[in-house]
Formats: sequence, structure tokens, C-alpha cells
Amino acid sequence: MKPASRFLTRPDQVGVVHMTLDGEALTARPGDTVAAALLAHSGAASRQSVNGSSRTAFCMMGVCFDCLIEVDGQPNTQGCMTLVRDGMALRRQRGLRDIARSDADA
Amino acid sequence: MPAQASDTTIIGGGVVGLCTALGLLQAGRRVTVLDGADGDLRASQGNFGLVWLQGKGAGFAPYAELTRDAVAAWPNFAAMLQDVTGTGLSLDQSGGFEFFTDPVELADFAADLERQQAYLGNRFSHEIIDGDKLRRMHPQIGPAVVGATFCAHDGHVNPLRLLRALRRAVLALGGDLKTDAHVTAVAEAPGGGFDLTFRDGTRHGTDRVVLCAGLGTSSLAAQLGFSTRVYPQRGELLITEKLGYRLPFLSSTIRQVDEGGIQIGGTKADAGPDDSETLDVMAGLARQAVSVMPALADVRVVRAWGALRVMSPDGYPVYARSARHPGAYLVTCHSGVTLAPLHASVLTDWLDENSNAPDLEAFDETRFAISDAA
Repeated sequence: MKPASRFLTRPDQVGVVHMTLDGEALTARPGDTVAAALLAHSGAASRQSVNGSSRTAFCMMGVCFDCLIEVDGQPNTQGCMTLVRDGMALRRQRGLRDIARSDADA
Repeated sequence: MPAQASDTTIIGGGVVGLCTALGLLQAGRRVTVLDGADGDLRASQGNFGLVWLQGKGAGFAPYAELTRDAVAAWPNFAAMLQDVTGTGLSLDQSGGFEFFTDPVELADFAADLERQQAYLGNRFSHEIIDGDKLRRMHPQIGPAVVGATFCAHDGHVNPLRLLRALRRAVLALGGDLKTDAHVTAVAEAPGGGFDLTFRDGTRHGTDRVVLCAGLGTSSLAAQLGFSTRVYPQRGELLITEKLGYRLPFLSSTIRQVDEGGIQIGGTKADAGPDDSETLDVMAGLARQAVSVMPALADVRVVRAWGALRVMSPDGYPVYARSARHPGAYLVTCHSGVTLAPLHASVLTDWLDENSNAPDLEAFDETRFAISDAA
């Protein structure tokens, strides 16, 4: 069963949104959330928790925080609460996010 | 007649009450701890987890001494709790900063530390660090910081794990811990000892009673003839998402929890019993944290809360024995985490009136009567 077959396309969803996931092309329907797009894409893990276990979207309603992902450079974004946008760059996270470091801090 | 008797009953199941119980249990006493209801004001569940010496007792030498003793006793105390309960507290005593953006406030605090230094002599050390030197040590510090003070004795623990470890330790040593045990009345029993009445009307008898009820202290204190009244002082706190980055410093207003979140706090407000958080204070906390460390600007705050400090009239601890009702004691303080090792050890000697008991005369509530009369 293809992961996409788990999802019905709403009648008002016309067109395709183009994004990247870790630099590779990913498409979604307008009006999808990032979490829905990731599940429809492969259903594979979309991040690793602090102790290295695999995680992906679960509750789809902003509660469980298992869908955290880096969106356009902003880590720990809740994928299920974020709508897809053309050109969006998604990155899977491994462990806890880091902090923006100054050169002096490197 | 009381329904049952136990050696000592502690009213209050927070950090102070549990520590007091733990010390008595280790001395072989029978102890009952009465913990209040979930809706009660619980400073032990909302605090910052500092084990802090810097600035403590600058105007009151006995408090400077007491705090110094407590800080020194923390490593063994944390190790004991880990042995008894298997719970690690993530104690880190590698020193702490106070950061300043106002040079006048820095100068005032530096003067406080000079007084504390004079009291404690070689049992204390502190440094005043100007902003540029500070940024050479810690390049993360923002340009708005004009300077800092540093005390090598300061540290922090995970305060929620401390509370859990204390509960486990009290149970492991045979203490009787009653939850949802809200005491509404306490009186001397006709045949000696004390008779406590719970909200549901049931009663509990005890030989001795130690009042450690935090913000619930005042009404019971009056019933036992104590003059001490405590008042709430609200602090608001933020915690960020967990970071893989390790914050290279500890301060009294910005600290990283061992699990990775950065906790930001330090506000003080008189808001009565209202422990809710407010948007303007939260925004101010965030601004202050970003001015201290600009890289925090893109880190999300995931939770905010208000909590109420337990303050005595002069802010210092009260250790009082009732003159009118022998066997009744009152223990209250703001710094229940920092002072925890003493409450679990030498306070036992004071309660048992052992010959080696510490002199806590300076912390008796008579000091309030004197200042009232003055």
C-alpha cells in the first residue's frame, strides 16, 4: 500500500506544492500540513528523538510534538500545525536542536 | 480523643516539610507528613532549583553563615538521596553569575557581596567582572551587560526530581505520608500532645507538631500561638524548548535544566495569592534573557508559569519553638532548596533539643516582636 493511499484528496485541493526534504524534492497538495505531506510522502521517520529513537507525526492536532521538524531553518517546528508552502525547505532533526552560534563561540 | 498517635507530625509535604521529616526519620523518630491538596499553593513545584549563596545574608550574618553551611552540605546530601532513592538530582555547583545591565545595580550588589565577604571571611569568595572581561570568558554574553558578579559556591539542582526523591526517601525510611491532608485546626490535646483536625472532620493525634506549611502556615501559626505570618511573593518563569547546546554558565535568572530546556526567571511581584503569569512580565523576562545572551532570540519558549515564594516579614528563615505550647515548632523559609541539607540534618538536633544542636536563636520569631515594638 502506498502511503499516499491512506489520504483522500479534498475536492478543493488543486495544484501541487513543491518543497524539499533534506534537499530532495517533495510534493504536497495546497492546504496540507507539513506533517500530512510527510506521512503521504513515505511515512518514514521524520526525526530522531534525543535518545535516538525514530519519530514521526502522531496526533496531528498540535499536542504530542512528535512531528517536530526544521522548517526553513527554524528547528522544532510543529509539522502538523504548519501549512505547506511552495519552496519550503524541510530538514529532519537528529536529537535536540542546537543554538545559533556566533563565530566567537565556535 | 485523637484517633491515633505518632511521634512527630509535620504539617506540609513540600521540600521543607519532607527534609524535616527525613532528618527525624534518620534519627529514628516516628514521623507523619501531612501533605495538602492539589489545589494548594505549592512553592516546591514551581521553583528555580538554585542552590545559591551569592548575596544571601548580606544584611544578616546568621543567614549568611547558615546558607554557607547548607551549600557545603549539598554534595553529601545529594549523594545520600541518590543512595536511598536511586534518583539523581543533577546537582551542579560549579559557580554562578549575576548579570547586570545597570552599573548602579551592579555597584549596589557588589557592596552587598563585600558585606557577605566580611561575615564569611575565607569561607566565601566572589568576583566582580567587567563586561569586556566577561565577554572574553563567555563570548555569548551580549553588549548590554555592563558587568557581572561571580561566586564559585553557587549551583543548582533539578527541583522536581529533588521533590520526588525526598518523597521517596521519606517513604523508604518508614515515614507515613498522607496526601490531600489539609489541616484546618490544631490544638493542644487535653492529655498532652496535639490534636489536628482535617478538612473532612477527621482527626489526628501527635506528640509533637512541626509547622512547615509554606503559604498555608499563617492560620495554623496563629492557632499555635506563633506570631510569624508569611506572605506570597510572585515570581514568573519561562522555559524554552530543549537544546542540544549546553549553556556554558549558570546565573540566578538564566539556567539550563539538565534535560536541555533553558529556564528564565527572577521577577518579584506582590500579587497576593494569585499565581498566574502575565504577558508583560513574560515579555520582560524574555527581553532580559536575550539582552544577556542574544543567541537565545530564536529559541522558543514552550511554557510559562507563575509561582509564589514563601516570604517571612524580613525574608529570612524562621525556626521557632512555641513557648505557649511545648512540642510545637514552626519552620519556614524562602530558600527551601538551598537549605535542604540542613533541614534534613542539624534541624533534627534542634527539634530534639540535643546538646549538639545548632544555635538558631537568631532565627526565632521574637525578632519580629522586637521590630514591631521599635
